[in-house]
Amino acid sequence: MADLAVPQAGPRRWSRPPLIKDRRWRWGLAIGAAVYLAAAFGTVDVNWARVYEGLPRGQAFLLAFFPPDFASRWAEIFEGIMESLWMTVASTVVGILISVPVGLGAARNLAPRPVYYFCRAVVALSRSFQEVLLAIFFVKLFGFGPFAGFITLSVATVGFFGKLLAEDIEDMDPVQAESVRATGAGWFQWLNYAVQPQVMPRFIGLSLYRLDINFRESAIVGIVGGGGIGATLNTAFERYEFDSAAAILLVIIGIVMAVEYTSGFVRNWVQ
Amino acid sequence: MLRLENLVKTYPTGDKALKNVSLEVPKGQVMALIGPSGAGKSTLIRCINRLVEPTAGKVVLGDLEITALGSRGLRRARRLMGMIFQEYALVERLSVMENVLSGRLGYVGFWRSYFRKYPQSDIDEAFRLLERVGLDDMVDKRADELSGGQRQRVGIARALIQDPQLLLVDEPTASLDPKTSRQIMRLICELCDERDLPAIINIHDVMLAQLFAKRIVGLQMGEIVYDGTPDGLDADVLTQIYGAEDWSATIQKGGEDAEEADGEEVRLELERQRQDLDRDRLAGMT
Repeated sequence: MADLAVPQAGPRRWSRPPLIKDRRWRWGLAIGAAVYLAAAFGTVDVNWARVYEGLPRGQAFLLAFFPPDFASRWAEIFEGIMESLWMTVASTVVGILISVPVGLGAARNLAPRPVYYFCRAVVALSRSFQEVLLAIFFVKLFGFGPFAGFITLSVATVGFFGKLLAEDIEDMDPVQAESVRATGAGWFQWLNYAVQPQVMPRFIGLSLYRLDINFRESAIVGIVGGGGIGATLNTAFERYEFDSAAAILLVIIGIVMAVEYTSGFVRNWVQ
Repeated sequence: MLRLENLVKTYPTGDKALKNVSLEVPKGQVMALIGPSGAGKSTLIRCINRLVEPTAGKVVLGDLEITALGSRGLRRARRLMGMIFQEYALVERLSVMENVLSGRLGYVGFWRSYFRKYPQSDIDEAFRLLERVGLDDMVDKRADELSGGQRQRVGIARALIQDPQLLLVDEPTASLDPKTSRQIMRLICELCDERDLPAIINIHDVMLAQLFAKRIVGLQMGEIVYDGTPDGLDADVLTQIYGAEDWSATIQKGGEDAEEADGEEVRLELERQRQDLDRDRLAGMT
């Protein structure tokens, strides 16, 4: 009788509710994942004897990079770098110019439904292929050389920039936009006064970031025939001129770092 | 001047924000619209300049039927209605001057506005208005550098440079301190007086509404339940608008200073309680 009157003696327990409620599912998934992981490692067939044999060869290979030789192929390196740089700048500018209308159209709060779906499709299509795949395709289409690389990077820029721009536009403050609309502004005036100021810092930041990416990608694109410093690098490897290849790599690293620092500085400044 | 006839707004979700609202505001009248959150005050004000499209009914300004206009005509009509927003709604990354001049967007072409080449008369008017609201030394500051009260002054200047025939004011004091709230309300009312402008002011603060408006309209669940003078607001009316509550403190129209002193006292009391709490917590931790 006394037991009934006293509500539940002792501390009440609490533990965080698990992510997956059903115990069977929870354990089943965990064990399944572990088994798959083990199997996946099992299929990687490492021949340790060959790894051991390869070590001195790897060492010789790496030593062949030193000292880097800038001088003997300087003309080619310089030409490759210049080609890569114009490819980078041109494709970034063209890509961004195309991305602006695409990004506006892909923003749910701006575009009518059909335009929105069309622009999202454009973005999804250009994002679904990695740069190297695009480059192989465009090299077949336009032939070897920097033009194919330029087209590749432009297309890749549209996917990247259009998507991120659209997302930033969707995140803007609707009240600021409403207040400009209430003045009787036209649609383009509204874009210029309400939308543009809100997305500008991100726009500039993304442009610089994309410039940086495009330069690095221009080296990759060259390896599959898209021209630029990548082509020069590829040639150096094919001729076993590892010291020149090392020089090219150092130049690439130098330029990427320079772009990185400048873009960080500019992004801080536009905030 | 402004006439609303049987205005109805039903949102796609099925919420009936406005049920058959009819209202007339004559020239020069400052009207306060009070009511609980969700009563449809914001919807009402936005239906007038069609930032929210009314479902049925008519809005007539002067002899212009706003609800019958196409998109081009609507843009022209919006120039006649200055709007002042809750939380100021300035474009934060534009300068004070750009924000004020954006009130002229309905009058200038795209390229002029794009290059910020406004007619000299607009620039003169902008400077005059900024001087009037006391911000003539802030012209090139960015809007996000200003304090709340200063931002709302820019918002007022932006609405007035439109040379409007009507002011729509949405919770102008919602995020301001009591003193600044009064200053802003006073400024809006003075400017309406100077220009013989009618205004509809949405406002939460019943006491401010009573203090500044000549006419009070109470909205409840999308319907007008009170329309009369500030003095007519008694406990029964407030209960009808907001629901049952002890209204004695709201109705008693004490001087401005009394209220501010109260506010100060409450703040001090809270401060004391918080300090006690902190002490207790610290004691517990040792």
